[in-house]
Amino acid sequence: MDQELLRVSGLTRYYGSRVGCRDVSFSLWPGEVLAIVGESGSGKSTLLSLLSGRLAPTAGDVSYRDRDGRWLSLPNLSEADRRRLQRTDLGVVHQNPRDGLRMRVSAGGNIGERLMALGHRHYGRLRGAGLDWMERVELDPQRIDDHPSAFSGGMQQRLQIARNLVTEPRLVFMDEPTSGLDVSVQARLLDLLRHLVAAMGLAVVLVTHDLAVARILAHRMMVMRGGEVVETGLADQVLDDPCHPYTQLLVSSILQA
Amino acid sequence: MYVAVKGGEKAIAAAHRLLARERRGAPEIAEISLDQIREQLSLSVDRVMSEGALYDEDCAALAVKQARGDLVEAVFLLRAYRTTLPRFGYSQPADSSRMHVRRRISATFKDVPGGQVLGPTFDYTHRLLDWSLAGEGKEAGTEESSGGDSGVGVPSPMPRVLDVLGREGIIESEGSGDDHEPADLTRQPLDLPAGRDVRLQNLARADEGFLLAMGYSSQRGFGSTHPFVGEIRMGEVEIEFVPEELGFPVTIGEITLTECETVNQFIGSGEARFTRGYGLTFGQGERKAMSMALVDRALRAPELGEEKKGPAQDAEFVLYHSDNVEASGFVQHLKLPHYVDFQSELVLVRGLRRTVREEESGHDI
Amino acid sequence: MTSETMPGYNYAYLDEQTKAMIRRAILKAVAIPGHQVPFGSREMPLPYGWGTGGIQITASIIGPEDVLKVIDQGSDDTTNAVSIRSFFAKTAGVATTTRTEEATVIQTRHRIPETHLTDGQIIVYQVPIPEPLRFMEPSESETRTMHALEEYGVMHVKLYEDIAEHGRIAKSYDYPVRVEGRYVMAPSPIPKFDNPKMHDSLALQLFGAGREKRIYAIPPHTRVESLDFEDHPFEIQKWDYACAICGARDSFLDEIITDDRGGRMFVCSDSDHCARRVGEDS
Repeated sequence: MDQELLRVSGLTRYYGSRVGCRDVSFSLWPGEVLAIVGESGSGKSTLLSLLSGRLAPTAGDVSYRDRDGRWLSLPNLSEADRRRLQRTDLGVVHQNPRDGLRMRVSAGGNIGERLMALGHRHYGRLRGAGLDWMERVELDPQRIDDHPSAFSGGMQQRLQIARNLVTEPRLVFMDEPTSGLDVSVQARLLDLLRHLVAAMGLAVVLVTHDLAVARILAHRMMVMRGGEVVETGLADQVLDDPCHPYTQLLVSSILQA
Repeated sequence: MYVAVKGGEKAIAAAHRLLARERRGAPEIAEISLDQIREQLSLSVDRVMSEGALYDEDCAALAVKQARGDLVEAVFLLRAYRTTLPRFGYSQPADSSRMHVRRRISATFKDVPGGQVLGPTFDYTHRLLDWSLAGEGKEAGTEESSGGDSGVGVPSPMPRVLDVLGREGIIESEGSGDDHEPADLTRQPLDLPAGRDVRLQNLARADEGFLLAMGYSSQRGFGSTHPFVGEIRMGEVEIEFVPEELGFPVTIGEITLTECETVNQFIGSGEARFTRGYGLTFGQGERKAMSMALVDRALRAPELGEEKKGPAQDAEFVLYHSDNVEASGFVQHLKLPHYVDFQSELVLVRGLRRTVREEESGHDI
Repeated sequence: MTSETMPGYNYAYLDEQTKAMIRRAILKAVAIPGHQVPFGSREMPLPYGWGTGGIQITASIIGPEDVLKVIDQGSDDTTNAVSIRSFFAKTAGVATTTRTEEATVIQTRHRIPETHLTDGQIIVYQVPIPEPLRFMEPSESETRTMHALEEYGVMHVKLYEDIAEHGRIAKSYDYPVRVEGRYVMAPSPIPKFDNPKMHDSLALQLFGAGREKRIYAIPPHTRVESLDFEDHPFEIQKWDYACAICGARDSFLDEIITDDRGGRMFVCSDSDHCARRVGEDS
């Protein structure tokens, strides 16, 4: 019980009278990858924003266990504490890398920013961290002074990942990290993510409409529809033997395509 | 031997004397009087009063004369003068429903109770330079104006066009009914997010050209709100004030106002309602009042759940750059000496170039 | 100097309520060194951008016993310094001086005097852009949040970028500082050469931005550190020349073009400092 990393209970968000998501509850363990799948309008993006603390819930709670073992209720944290947590323990990889990068700052500056925000003040070491991380996400370190606008979409996504992982967070939220990239680029990026997650023991909550991505990366899966969770279980089980009619529809439509 | 430059004081005094001479112009030409400016350049006076945020036609006329016709400079003069005036308090809200209307038009209905009163407008003139105006001593009002147009037959009070829509419930009502004391930008600095009261005050003092461009951009797709002119009215309104000693309102005078109400893009689907924009100026200032109404409505985008598509909908962009006294000051401050900072930059740039040259020739520092 | 004020105007032009409002803002600023305090800036007879913030501060603190020095680019005789000094002579009837050590209030644009300031002196800086993060983050609401939450990462990112691109930090004036280890502050466009003078000063330092409507302050004996990296420490400008008039080697020098063949000479920016050195030697 006290090994969980994230505890979500009755998480609900309304936009006026419209349901964003309703009554979502689950736990997440360290190193576990959870995929949230569904079509657009299912509420999965709302749920991700609630989990990462970028949106406040209408009801319910998201609690995170910090490195000292204390449980912190994210919606009730002060703005200062929430922002600090988002810089140290959490990461957010946006669907569009332009939302998660400073486009007019060099790759090295993008990677080093979190460290600088935490008080790191040695240029040489900051640059060293930048070079190191560019290698780890398979970017050419020679391009450390290039701006993200000079990178391809796939490379920008790798840079975004490096920018988040530099503080060795324990939990990363990813919103459709591979959409918009062509198939071979996607495959290599998924490979990288799988490797990093394993090497760093990252817990990940991953939102995707692409069941193949879920199968490759996730241990567990949650299917959402109309703002509610309709099915949850081990990723392979849900994909190979879906119970809920909607899940069956989703899975079968992929096979058709 | 080089001696440090002195004589700034003498140079300034000489510059001021030269300015006074230029202002006066050729001495054989009659000096322009405040009466002439107030009467015959009244639209300049009106603009200076609006943006100077002070209703006093003679002061504004003096500012126009002192500024040699540069209206932004005149606005500055009036604002600086305003700072020195003692403040007695706030008047009662001016009631434009009780305006003695001299001009009232509506684009939303062909005819309206009270009629379409054209009043003194350039609208339907043909823009042909009229050389007959080049002479002087012309008798006023021979062909152009005829009798019976200074309020005869104009109902008073003039019923509001938008009240017609209001009675049907098809347009949002003005005022949220929360009754809070309006903020005062002349006492407190602008703070974002700004409520509608603050925005309207900022826009009322804003530069006409800036608002015109912003309003225009909102019409051209940078955040369109489908505006219709519900009503424009111009005329005199009484101003009432409650002196502490008396405890009841007394009329302290009347001022000329131009008011513009627009009817804009509706919201909601079931209980659909039109939305509104509002503009107000001192004197006759229709272009500004209309632009103000367009921008007012555009700035309501966040509260009406509309997507921000252009700068006219961006409160920070519009409200921080609307004041021409601030803008003029900062743009023109570039004329002040900046040579110390420039010297710093010279040292830096020369250093960078030296480093590169040394690297290229293989020298280490 | 006469002490007659302009008829029809209050002492030092501003009315007493306005002065009280500005003094309250100053007190708040002194209590939170380096923090920008919003205030209801008034239109003044000089344009925004030409020192109205500094003028409003000076007008609020000056009295008949004060002695005022006004400099611009380090000199008492530049046109705007002359204009401001005569404004106060007219509206406050206050004694004025060009000698730094005789002044009780010094209003300055873009320089700190070379002569060390002492206990009992107040230096008033004219500030165009009070927000040090402005060019990295145009939104005012966002920069306010960043100051409140002490989120200054983006400031160091800018410095990192300079070093990555130029091999050194490329800010030569208005160089950002950290006050008492808490607020990052814009010192106004003084050359970085002058930054060390702000640290642990005996004088009270007040900063006024009229158009942007902010006041901030550094009380005496406050820690003021210029931002840098451990391996790229802050450095002030140096010249290879001495002042052509007084021979000083440690003051900020202005470059004067003397002919159209590229001839140039270097002269102290601080006219009072230079004149005094010449007086001493002769």
